[in-house]
Amino acid sequence: MLGKRFSSVALGSVAGVLLMAVAACGGGGGGTTASQEPTGAASSEAPKSDLKVGLAFDVGGRGDKSFNDAAYAGLEKAQTDLSAEIKELSPASDGSNRGDLLRQLADAGFNPIIGVGFAYAEDIKKAAEEYPDIQFAVVDSASNAPNVTGLLFAEEQGSYLAGVAAATKSESGHVGFVGGVESDLIKKFEAGFVAGVKSVKADAKIDVKYLTPDGDFSGFKAPDKGKVAAEKMYQDGADIVYHASGDSGLGVFQAASAAKKKAIGVDSDQRQTVKETELQSVIMTSMLKRVDVGVFEFIKAFQGGAKGGSNVTYDLKVDGVGLSTTGGEIDDIKDKLDAAKKDIVDGKITVPAKP
Amino acid sequence: MPAGLNRALLTLAGAVVAVLLAIAICSVAIIVAGGEPLAALTALFDFGESARAQSNSIAVFLNRAVPLFIAGLAVAVGFRMNLFNIGVEGQYRIAAVCAAYVGSTFTAPAPIQITVIILVAALVGGLYALIPAVMKVTRGVNEVIATIMLNYIAINLSSFLVRGPFAGQRAEGELNVTTPKLPESAMFPDLNFLFEGFGMLPPTRNGGLWGFIVVAIVLGVLVWVVLERTRFGFNIKASGLNGPAALASGVNPKTMVISAMVLSGAIAGLIGLPEILGDRGAFNSNFTAGLGFLGIAVALLGRNKPVGIAIAALLFAFLDRAQGALQFAGIPPAVITIIQGAIVLLVVVANEVTGRFARRLEERRAAQQLGRNTPVEVTA
Repeated sequence: MLGKRFSSVALGSVAGVLLMAVAACGGGGGGTTASQEPTGAASSEAPKSDLKVGLAFDVGGRGDKSFNDAAYAGLEKAQTDLSAEIKELSPASDGSNRGDLLRQLADAGFNPIIGVGFAYAEDIKKAAEEYPDIQFAVVDSASNAPNVTGLLFAEEQGSYLAGVAAATKSESGHVGFVGGVESDLIKKFEAGFVAGVKSVKADAKIDVKYLTPDGDFSGFKAPDKGKVAAEKMYQDGADIVYHASGDSGLGVFQAASAAKKKAIGVDSDQRQTVKETELQSVIMTSMLKRVDVGVFEFIKAFQGGAKGGSNVTYDLKVDGVGLSTTGGEIDDIKDKLDAAKKDIVDGKITVPAKP
Repeated sequence: MPAGLNRALLTLAGAVVAVLLAIAICSVAIIVAGGEPLAALTALFDFGESARAQSNSIAVFLNRAVPLFIAGLAVAVGFRMNLFNIGVEGQYRIAAVCAAYVGSTFTAPAPIQITVIILVAALVGGLYALIPAVMKVTRGVNEVIATIMLNYIAINLSSFLVRGPFAGQRAEGELNVTTPKLPESAMFPDLNFLFEGFGMLPPTRNGGLWGFIVVAIVLGVLVWVVLERTRFGFNIKASGLNGPAALASGVNPKTMVISAMVLSGAIAGLIGLPEILGDRGAFNSNFTAGLGFLGIAVALLGRNKPVGIAIAALLFAFLDRAQGALQFAGIPPAVITIIQGAIVLLVVVANEVTGRFARRLEERRAAQQLGRNTPVEVTA
């Protein structure tokens, strides 16, 4: 049993080393030695091209059912569609090794390298200066070096649609918004949502609650706080609550489930990604932020020779944001949503990015 | 064999057994998670293949150990007299934000600039620790409760300060809040020349090997001298071991509580500086949190002695460094947290077991020397 395992490891590593050697010889840019752990070959697919994409997650890492998982979906697509070799790393829970992860990927010969989340802005800038030959991308933050691409999203546009959906579906004319951290980023969600609600019902009541102030990022991983905030809104008469609070959204869904009301998810199609089946049914729709599209398009553009130094914004026009339809709860108002979307795309409506 | 050596050897053996047991426990966890324990062990020692990756890894390892060591020292000073300063977390955060801000308000030659920043950090940390100390001696408030509560205040106060009164310029589209950038003269010179001395490439990572490690070493020696070679250190130890006896021999317990707490807080104030002066150049939202709590584990592991704390900090840093390498080997990095937790628990248990064992050996030896078969009570 033990011997069997050892031999399979040995076989795997020999195969991995061979494949990597082939990849290194074949690739023009493969000057850096492939310093991946031999056993690592067992966990990742065999490399078929010289495209090696590294990705570093935000705190929370893979399995957050939201932001990070969406980024990973884009990476996986690059693996299948562009036959890229991929490696994804999660930071320590205190986030102290973000810069370290980027450099480990760079040292291991990965190019391009993607940092998921604005927390990477500072570390990406430093890493980009230290490794000028490698292209970096950062999700949710602006480009800050010649070899950094900023992948931005028009969250306010998607949130506007969520607002339209909430106001149309609300019976009490009272909805809520739970933001994780009161930062400029999350305020974009609020601004779009409020504008969307008001466009349908100008006198609608909107409760807004941020879990933590700007600079204190614990609000993205505090389901308890999310639950308390949403419970209050439901008790006060809100019947739909939209959350933009990362992991804390789970608390919002729990509160919705207890109050037998509805909630709107964020980033990923949370009706599909939330594990608890009893919570899935409360998620009327989710505001999709297609981080997967952003990540994949960036990798594709890189393969096509694109260089950094600028920002790419994914908006409604390119379906970088939108609403999910799993569960079919918003199918009946599809026309209304499509009209609102068209107005935004055509420029008839300009959605505010600040509340 | 002399009793002291006997005991030291036993302690060492206990620690080694604890570490080995911790690795064994983790191997089980890794197998359950579907990984290869051997691959994990290899990853722990995998510092990368290219020369640059290796020197980077070494720098990360040492850089991580420095704040852990200082945190361990801060906690240990309180532990020495049975004062549980759980407030190190809050003390270092509030000290870091204040020091980073004060440092950014003026420009002076590097030695002066850095000294002022260090003094401000120590002062703020010490003053913040003075609050629970005064509460304890005047109103008898338990310092554990007081410091835990003060942690919440400090954490929220520091995040308020960094986005409010102490906020600096932010670039367009930048979401991280930060204090104003420190002038160049505030950045602690790195020690990258050491790598060149060993014929290695200098690390690029996080500003290279942080020079603050020198301050940490000096601090460690100072704390050792104060605790082991001064009357003050003796008083601290005496108050911790037996309060009433210390009082009877003329040690004022109130003074001791206040001075030990303030000293602990002042050391805690320095925890954030290696990172700020070595790499970030400001206090911002990416500032490493949680070091104060880790310091408790490090101090426990190091048995409240500077040398032990240094070893414990290096061990923790060594394990933390492997987070990336483990993921390259396809093993979840949470394994590191399990190893760290298991080591702390097992070392505490091992200390107790070896302590009892050593006492029994001592008793037997004494009994033999007295030429009797019945054991004699000997306080070790």
